[in-house]
Amino acid sequence: MLSFLAERRAELGLLTAQHVVLVLLSTALAVVLGVPLGILMTRRRALARPLLALAGVLQTIPSLALFGFLIPLPVVGGIGARIAVIALVLYALLPILRNTYTGILQVDPAVVEAATGLGMTDSQRLRIVELPLALPVILAGVRIAAVVSVGTATIAAAVGAGGLGSYVFRGLATVDTRLILAGAVPAALLALTFDGLLALVERSPRPGRAAGVLAVLALVTLIGAALARPARPGGPRAVVVGSKNFTEQVVLGEMLAALLEDRGLAVDRRLNLGGTQLCHEAVRAGQIDLYVEYTGTALTDILKRPAGGDRNAVLREIREAYAPLGLRVGEPLGFNNTFALVTRPDASRRLGLTRISDLARHAGTLRVGLFGEFLERADGLPGLMKAYGFRLAVPPTEMDLGLLYQALLAGRVDVVVGSATDGLIAANGLVVLEDDRRYFPPYDAVPVMHAGHLDAHAGLEAAVSALAGRVNEDAMRRMNYAVDGGHRAPAAVAREFLRSAGLLSR
Amino acid sequence: MTAPAAALADVHKRFAGGAFALDGLSLAVAPGEVLVLLGTSGSGKTTALKTLNRLVRPDRGTVSVLGRDVESWDPIALRRSIGYVIQEVGLLPHLTIAENVEMVPRLLGWEPPRRAARGRELLALAGLDADRFAPLRPRQLSGGERQRVGLARALAADPPLLLMDEPFGALDPLTRRRLQDEFRDLQRRLGKTVVLVTHDVPEALRLGDRVAVMAAGRVVQEGTPAEIRDHPFPGFVQEFVAAALP
Repeated sequence: MLSFLAERRAELGLLTAQHVVLVLLSTALAVVLGVPLGILMTRRRALARPLLALAGVLQTIPSLALFGFLIPLPVVGGIGARIAVIALVLYALLPILRNTYTGILQVDPAVVEAATGLGMTDSQRLRIVELPLALPVILAGVRIAAVVSVGTATIAAAVGAGGLGSYVFRGLATVDTRLILAGAVPAALLALTFDGLLALVERSPRPGRAAGVLAVLALVTLIGAALARPARPGGPRAVVVGSKNFTEQVVLGEMLAALLEDRGLAVDRRLNLGGTQLCHEAVRAGQIDLYVEYTGTALTDILKRPAGGDRNAVLREIREAYAPLGLRVGEPLGFNNTFALVTRPDASRRLGLTRISDLARHAGTLRVGLFGEFLERADGLPGLMKAYGFRLAVPPTEMDLGLLYQALLAGRVDVVVGSATDGLIAANGLVVLEDDRRYFPPYDAVPVMHAGHLDAHAGLEAAVSALAGRVNEDAMRRMNYAVDGGHRAPAAVAREFLRSAGLLSR
Repeated sequence: MTAPAAALADVHKRFAGGAFALDGLSLAVAPGEVLVLLGTSGSGKTTALKTLNRLVRPDRGTVSVLGRDVESWDPIALRRSIGYVIQEVGLLPHLTIAENVEMVPRLLGWEPPRRAARGRELLALAGLDADRFAPLRPRQLSGGERQRVGLARALAADPPLLLMDEPFGALDPLTRRRLQDEFRDLQRRLGKTVVLVTHDVPEALRLGDRVAVMAAGRVVQEGTPAEIRDHPFPGFVQEFVAAALP
């Protein structure tokens, strides 16, 4: 573990810094927004209930759902730190709003009346009497908000904003406990640090002054972070490479990035984004310039069209439908990552499972694990059950992609929905059930590019086309296993492949 | 007779859902005079006091201060022209004694050196050692010391009119007696007009130039301390005075 951390010292430092900046920035904005709103509520009491209710509701929205609402919005939408900060601010608002409101209301009314009687204006009374006396309560709210933000900020990684969540998500995607800990432990330490610092301020004899000192420190940190951020490469803007949040996608993202860098283009990596829709919205908005999509997914999940047709027809259909969206679809990379229903060899023997149609006989008792997306997709479970004519009696268990194989190997579920190129299939001798009714469309991996940016990045399309037909299923599976099973870094695996395929010039 | 420094004419006030707090109250206090409003709790005396600095606004009737209807005053300017002393809680608990005493000059925009000098002068006037007390906070003082600070603060901007609500209420008898005497001397020296609210009959008789005995939102008897002591109206006033005096 120590050598593991030593290897990643620089990256860990960067992610921690990103995390701290996300928390500081969002907490600061929540204070700037929440304290005045809280004060307003004490002056216009009728506003208090609806505002507190709204902030309460915001807090109950799951983070990924909140991102789903925010990404398509103009101006504030898109991916990256901005949207992560907006979500974090919305979450931090409730404790700050509530504590400002109750903090001011709990000031002794006799003291407030004395202040009025001395001839203070409303704003003088607020500044000289109410805010100072409410400060400990307000600070307690800020403390809660900051500590909670440290935890919630891990979700920033789902929208490409970095932070320690990157390790957590990457660790989950590649079933690497060390990575998960490398993200979770520093996050916990950060939370304790913030909590301790703010507790000191709360308990200090002059909380006003201490809060001021802390605010200045936070500001200095933010400015320092803004200055320390590496300047974007001069000349043309860097190419932004995106990927979804599972091993293969990260490897492919690293592969594209390495290829582009080899051709002399500057690259900004936004890997591990939180899902298909997120990547699609991001590339349409030009927030990322390219990522790798699968034809069947584009057809059914993005375009919402019925599955069907051979691989060339599907590719043609997607190209035609994508052009008006401002997207260009490159040449297939050479492998079909279809969905795979996977079971353990013992279960396969015991239940006689070799084809998907065999599942019908056990529909009453079978326990299936899958990732949430598969429940909703047009090419997902509902269509599959219809095509094969069975209904699962036990509701399927939703899990993160990275946890599916652990659950299968531990015997918690009998069948999981994975991908044909999952490295863990071969490594563990698992059985892939045959799609004997040809339910799944082809899922050829293709690069999807933001057409409007191609002119600005001369050589981008040519560089990407060098990969056309060069990655077959077997190669992809081996790379996935090198990461999932061998715990190697996706970037190293991708680079090694490119070199052995003779695709790197240096 | 000179124009009154403060006056209430036929003032009515009823709080939401309650009985009348003030029920046609009329009062006048001449410049330089100490008028004591004496009554049991619930008699409306504190409400009457608060109409003078517009902390309470009457439903009906007129209130005037320094010759002007309070409704025509800017309420902030009005309150800054009136010294206000209340029992115990009047001091701002998070500020030092110096900051408390200098509050009104600060609100009036005085320069820091001028208000610091004024603060020291007033603490001395109220019988407190400025060097020792200035940096302390209210909770570090005894009740009597706090009341001295409250008086010093009310006098800070040299207002012509002082409103005092049970200023010596929560003190032990000895301290109360000493502060009452000092207050009386100070008032004679400075010539301030004072309206003082109390439920303590000996205090009213000792401090007032005139005493107005209140019950149920009205004045039931008004006169000099001697008149109230020697010729209380039969009924409530007589009982009230008799119960308090040996």
